[in-house]
Amino acid sequence: MEHIDVNQAMPDYTTFPRLLLRNAQLHAQRPAFREKDLGIWQTWNWAQVCDEVRALACGLAAQGFQRGMHLAIIGDNRPRLYWAMAAAQCLGGIAVPLYQDSPAADMAYVLENAEIQFAVVEDQEQVDKLLEIKQHYAGISHIVFDDDRGMRHYHQDELTSYAVLQELGRAYDRVHPDFFIQQVNLGAADDTSVMLYTSGTTGKPKGVCQSHRSFIHAATGGTGFDQLSEREDILSYLPMAWVGDHLFSYAQAMAAGFTVNCPESGETVLTDLREVGPTYYFAPPRVFENMLTTVMIRMEDASAIKRKLFQHYMEIAREIGSDILDGKSVSLFKRLNYAIGNLLIYAPLKNVLGLSRVRVAYTAGAAIGPDLFRFYRSIGINLKQLYGSTETCAYVCLQPDGNIKFDSVGQAAPGVEIKLASNGEVLVKSTSMLSGYYKRPDATAEVMDADGYFHTGDAGMFDGDNHLKIIDRAADVGKLVNGDIFAPNYIENKLKFFPYIKEAVAFGNGRDTVCAFINIDLEAVGNWAERSGIAYSGYTDLAAKAETYQLIVSCVEKVNADLAGEALMENTQIHRFLILHKELDPDDDELTRTRKVRRSFVAQKYAVLIDALYSGKRSQYIETQVKFEDGRQGLISADLHIGDVKTYAAHQKAA
Amino acid sequence: MNNEKYSMNAMVDPMTMATMVTPPHGRKIGELILDLQDISLAFGGVKALTNISFNVREHEIRAIIGPNGAGKSSMLNVINGVYHPQEGTITYRGQRRKDMNTYAAAKSGIARTFQNIALFKGMSVLDNIMTGRNLKMKSNFLMQALYWGPAQKEEIEHRQKVEEIIDFLEIQHIRKTPVGRLSYGLQKRVELGRALAAEPEILLLDEPMAGMNVEEKQDMSRFILDVNDQLGTTIVLIEHDMGVVMDISDRVVVLDYGKKIGDGTPAEVLANQEVINAYLGVAH
Repeated sequence: MEHIDVNQAMPDYTTFPRLLLRNAQLHAQRPAFREKDLGIWQTWNWAQVCDEVRALACGLAAQGFQRGMHLAIIGDNRPRLYWAMAAAQCLGGIAVPLYQDSPAADMAYVLENAEIQFAVVEDQEQVDKLLEIKQHYAGISHIVFDDDRGMRHYHQDELTSYAVLQELGRAYDRVHPDFFIQQVNLGAADDTSVMLYTSGTTGKPKGVCQSHRSFIHAATGGTGFDQLSEREDILSYLPMAWVGDHLFSYAQAMAAGFTVNCPESGETVLTDLREVGPTYYFAPPRVFENMLTTVMIRMEDASAIKRKLFQHYMEIAREIGSDILDGKSVSLFKRLNYAIGNLLIYAPLKNVLGLSRVRVAYTAGAAIGPDLFRFYRSIGINLKQLYGSTETCAYVCLQPDGNIKFDSVGQAAPGVEIKLASNGEVLVKSTSMLSGYYKRPDATAEVMDADGYFHTGDAGMFDGDNHLKIIDRAADVGKLVNGDIFAPNYIENKLKFFPYIKEAVAFGNGRDTVCAFINIDLEAVGNWAERSGIAYSGYTDLAAKAETYQLIVSCVEKVNADLAGEALMENTQIHRFLILHKELDPDDDELTRTRKVRRSFVAQKYAVLIDALYSGKRSQYIETQVKFEDGRQGLISADLHIGDVKTYAAHQKAA
Repeated sequence: MNNEKYSMNAMVDPMTMATMVTPPHGRKIGELILDLQDISLAFGGVKALTNISFNVREHEIRAIIGPNGAGKSSMLNVINGVYHPQEGTITYRGQRRKDMNTYAAAKSGIARTFQNIALFKGMSVLDNIMTGRNLKMKSNFLMQALYWGPAQKEEIEHRQKVEEIIDFLEIQHIRKTPVGRLSYGLQKRVELGRALAAEPEILLLDEPMAGMNVEEKQDMSRFILDVNDQLGTTIVLIEHDMGVVMDISDRVVVLDYGKKIGDGTPAEVLANQEVINAYLGVAH
């Protein structure tokens, strides 16, 4: 690549292509991308990446890709697909990453909506989908594929292999040597850089348009906040179409110039995690939960001495681990004890998990259980939470080092303004916000108000230290008769953090107290029953046992004690509950396919049970029709026990 | 409506999908590669095979089917030199073959998998597939053991080949796992991998789908087709699942009690009255 005087050609780094060129100069020899291929980690430095992107961009241009066009990108996390994003942006185009596992029907909608003509895809699987879609939406004219496995017999005119396109690009570049830089210089900060589609739980997916400015703002804000340098390593394994991956693996990697590591395949992520040892790590709570479960199961199988050691030192970690991480004062003796624990238990454990080198780890996307969160922090992993959405570049709240609260998502990130609407809805204003939903001014108007605030749809509250606590979807939040806020999800999540409780539905909107339905976790409670010598025949039988009821009572009481200690929540303690005789099931329309409770449907279907809860009955008979997986119908009937639960007087914990 | 149509298509297995959107297969079935004439094999008084003749063409998928005890496995064993037929001739690549041992058969480009998995249970997937490269290694045992001299370079080359097979069969996630800990379906896949490591011209598969669930069968079918299509390997397979046989083979030979009762394309074989009788029984 010829020499580029960065300062002269590009006075500012306000677009991703300019950041790429800067990295190619500033961090030329530092690894930018790694990918495990045929069992060996392959590395590209920033100079090489810049070269690859340039060749690809010129290739796309040679094939007719114009400024302002959308480039669909479909596949697992692959360096070449990240480069395709950059290539599109170099040409003034817009990257549109799609979820690689969506069926053709969902993809068809997005491709048509975004008027896709060019697509860069990973392999034959995605090519097949696009060719199928093309039968209905003829707009797709160019498909570039990375992996040529199985592609030998594909001779469609639309298809070009990635390598061939790059060759084309290099030839084009030789003939038009100024073209690439000219195109990069034409790019402006307020051009749309990427369009991410929201998952669309309500209606069709919407394309969220984000400019270079907004993502670079979010990226530099985040890298500054956590002091991320070009020396970080991140493992990119979450879908490229998801805003979190775009922020961490693309925007922040470009801004800070750190290394993006792509795993060999979806199934090898845990092995690759150990091999790479990332310093910066993101995972949804589910992943952290699975890791912990694996550890616990393996500890159960370990020898007695190892088990004792583990328990002993985990106790110490629970007591002082997070304090040490937060830099609070801890006595020398305890520190010494922790150091021994670190030598014997914590460090080897982190090593096994592949988290030895982690400096900053984030989780988001769902509520994380306090025990789970504490576990990782106590062994010295700086796990933090963040809050954001596709519309806000996943950049609204961050937890600052040393000031972590388990039940909050942190304070407003640098450059972000947050205020609460009268109904508790969180409103956000910052540079990192959508410029609009693609071709949907009506939807944009719904979420953006005249003062420039974005309406998140989440209900939250601030505590004394300006930490934001997200309690529920604003639409689900109701009020008790006395006017107190009732956030069903918040209460249900607290219940579900107990392994014995699989699902919960809380009622209280327009009532004077809160009552709940509970689904036990058949596996966890079944295990417990086995250990306690309780015989049972199945879910309905186990759920009806008096002992099971007592077990759940103890869980509910703990939740009540917890709620009593929280401002504004003390009146939403659970007064009465019952254990449902059947598991809530998507087949019976009680849950959505993504396993979210369909509140109003459940309330209607089990109205008789709700009446029983609020009328003070001790038991209620119910018959329910169920659909089995093979389509047959059956009847489940049971006499459900209803009891009162101890509630606590409000006692405000010291913050 | 639209939704349903798409998702139905998405569930169709990959091979029909591929044929649906690609032009007719470019794979060319070539000349005769293996020709068996009047093969008879007897163990003492038991006649395992009687006067069987059939041939295999280059690049085709040839299935051998038949009820239990029909002589299918014996047939494979004749092809790769485990059994020596008392009568008949075998012509391989235009050369009439004298009785040969298994080593010579393997050397000449015939690899196989077994009805009962025959892997080294305590060794990793990687090492198991590596053993398939044995015949291709030139350095001697001592040099290999010491990882010394040319053995070093050679091992790296072979490892590359093995990694390509691992990639081909999509078993990266179990690369280092001892084979004994794997599910049956995956073990079968590893065994296929080991056979492929020898880069055979003819691959003999003895019931590759036995004991598999539907999904595993679909996967295995796809791999067999891929091997045939992309590596150009000729495949002779024994299989009981008629659906699979009819879907993936080019030609089928049917044995019953050591005799050939049918030979032809899947459609021809299905219409053959003798075959129907053998499979469904005849009213007497």
